[in-house]
Amino acid sequence: MIPRHLQIAVGILLAAVLGMGFYVGRIRGRVQQPEPTADSRPVAPPAPGPTERVTLYVAYDAGGVLHAQAASIPLPSARQQRTEELLRALLDVYLGKDSPHPLAPGSDVRAVYLVDPGLVVIDLNAAFANGHRSGVLEEELTLTSMIQTLSANLPDILRVKFLVEGRERDTLAGHADLSSMYDTIAVSQLVAQMQ
Amino acid sequence: MLLVAAILPLHSADEKHIVIYAPGTTFSLPVTDREGREYVGLLECVEPLGTVSARIDSQHWKLRYDDGEADFTAGKNRAKVRGRDTDFPGNFLLENSRGLVPLVSLGTLLPRILNSPVSFNPLSRRLFVGNVATHFTAQLNRTTPPRLIMNFTAPVNPTIATEPGRLRMSFTREPLVAPGTPTLTFDDKTIPSATYIENNGVAEISVSGSAPLMASFSNEGRTITVAPVPQQPAAPGPSVPSAQNPPGATPAPGPPKVTPINAPHYYAVIDPAHGGDDRGVALSDSLAEKDVTLSIARRLRQEFESRGIPTLVLRDSDLSLSLDDRATQTNTARPTVYVSLHAASDGKGVRLYTSLLPSGVENNGPFVAWDTAQTRFLPMSRATAQNVAAEFQKRQLPVRNLQAPLRPLNNLTTAAIAVEIAPNSGDVTELTLAGYQQNVASGIATAISAMHNQLGGSQ
Repeated sequence: MIPRHLQIAVGILLAAVLGMGFYVGRIRGRVQQPEPTADSRPVAPPAPGPTERVTLYVAYDAGGVLHAQAASIPLPSARQQRTEELLRALLDVYLGKDSPHPLAPGSDVRAVYLVDPGLVVIDLNAAFANGHRSGVLEEELTLTSMIQTLSANLPDILRVKFLVEGRERDTLAGHADLSSMYDTIAVSQLVAQMQ
Repeated sequence: MLLVAAILPLHSADEKHIVIYAPGTTFSLPVTDREGREYVGLLECVEPLGTVSARIDSQHWKLRYDDGEADFTAGKNRAKVRGRDTDFPGNFLLENSRGLVPLVSLGTLLPRILNSPVSFNPLSRRLFVGNVATHFTAQLNRTTPPRLIMNFTAPVNPTIATEPGRLRMSFTREPLVAPGTPTLTFDDKTIPSATYIENNGVAEISVSGSAPLMASFSNEGRTITVAPVPQQPAAPGPSVPSAQNPPGATPAPGPPKVTPINAPHYYAVIDPAHGGDDRGVALSDSLAEKDVTLSIARRLRQEFESRGIPTLVLRDSDLSLSLDDRATQTNTARPTVYVSLHAASDGKGVRLYTSLLPSGVENNGPFVAWDTAQTRFLPMSRATAQNVAAEFQKRQLPVRNLQAPLRPLNNLTTAAIAVEIAPNSGDVTELTLAGYQQNVASGIATAISAMHNQLGGSQ
């Protein structure tokens, strides 16, 4: 004959095991839920601020030209964030479906630095530069569209310098020079030829 | 990978190589020394030529090529090829699963393995599969000056080097074979003879001359004409005296002129972009920008030299050159004009670029900032680009004239342009066509040689 207190203890333990099993099953079910599909687009926090009308200078590989294109994007009041948002709006065009000037998946601007009045340093990520198509015109279109988009919307920008992953680099993809600073006035004159 | 090897410069001069010419492909393989003999990997020899597999079964190495099999035994000099015993000099070696055969045995083994005729010269290490040979004839036209006309049965693009008393043409990719006699004599004082030799996978034609010689191409690369360098080039202007008199030429009589500079003076510098590890644009799976630019550079040099314009090509082989090196060599040569060559698969026709100067660097007094050294020469660079564009328009080639942030243009102290050549038809293989390359090269040379007086003023 099994003592009554032992029967009660076994019963309590059994109930605890069943309860724990149910709890673990629910936890695992939550973990095994399908993960959202990986999105290769650059992740950018939503920009606070009112929507503003801006002009993007978009490169078109067909014809090798730049076209001014109006867009409405939320722009914060801080100058540095405004610069970043302008560039991200341009990259969204290039990374989207039916892009007129495709960039490598994951291309992004890591940071923008306003070094002194008139000088902007744009730090590109490795995917941007390493995956960029090689060619004089392809590379030139990318850089000039970024510079012209900034100078058209932020006229006080006079010079632009590019970095890749925080470091200087000779060329974007074998051709366009990244070692020097770009003069926005000279680029504007060039863009006039490219439209 | 071997297909890639076939389009790469075949080998360096110091290493032992065998070059195999077959229909549709030419490739080079390293030759290694084992047991006092020259050996080569057998699988590598046949891999580009058909469907191949190899497997090891104990000491046996079995090679399957299309529908036939060859069975080799490590350390033995007998193999069973397509069911027949075949003896060859030296032993078969098995090294890290790789089957090596004596180089001299290829003439015996390959015809049976490939089931195709093979011609092999083990001394020069050149092997021909099937009927791929390119023949040539040479005939001296006894004009004044005399001209040696060489006609080839297929287009050729040799590397050309000149030295006192000789012009040498090295054929690294072409399956050129010897004429009836290796030395051709012409009974002429200016061009007395031409000699054909082969060594380490390269065929060479050496033309002897009592005057400096130059070679020019025509007939889609099927004809090479060797002639003395003109004594008095017509084009160079009076302000570039040393450019008027190529090495060996006699100055024309007339009023006293500026004393020619003794150091070599190049009127034009050609810079084939990229090279070495820097392949440039991958124009297709097997075509790299660096190879197209080199090929066009050689044609452009011929075009310049045929107009009596002394020309320096910054790289005449698959060399790696930094942008600073290119700028330094160019500025040291003090040329009148610099032409950088690029190739692209996108777009149509030709794009011409002059420097888009960077910001923030000033030239002060006699000191010229490296990044903006081009500033003073930019008007002349733009004029050059406009003239070249006009010449291309005459030739009905689509052309665009732009500025570009393209080094080393901004570091150069001379008129400087970059030419980016895209196919006119949209088909990237057009970039390799001799006729298209020649048209582009001829257009550049014609436009620039027409500007001698104007460019001379920029010096």
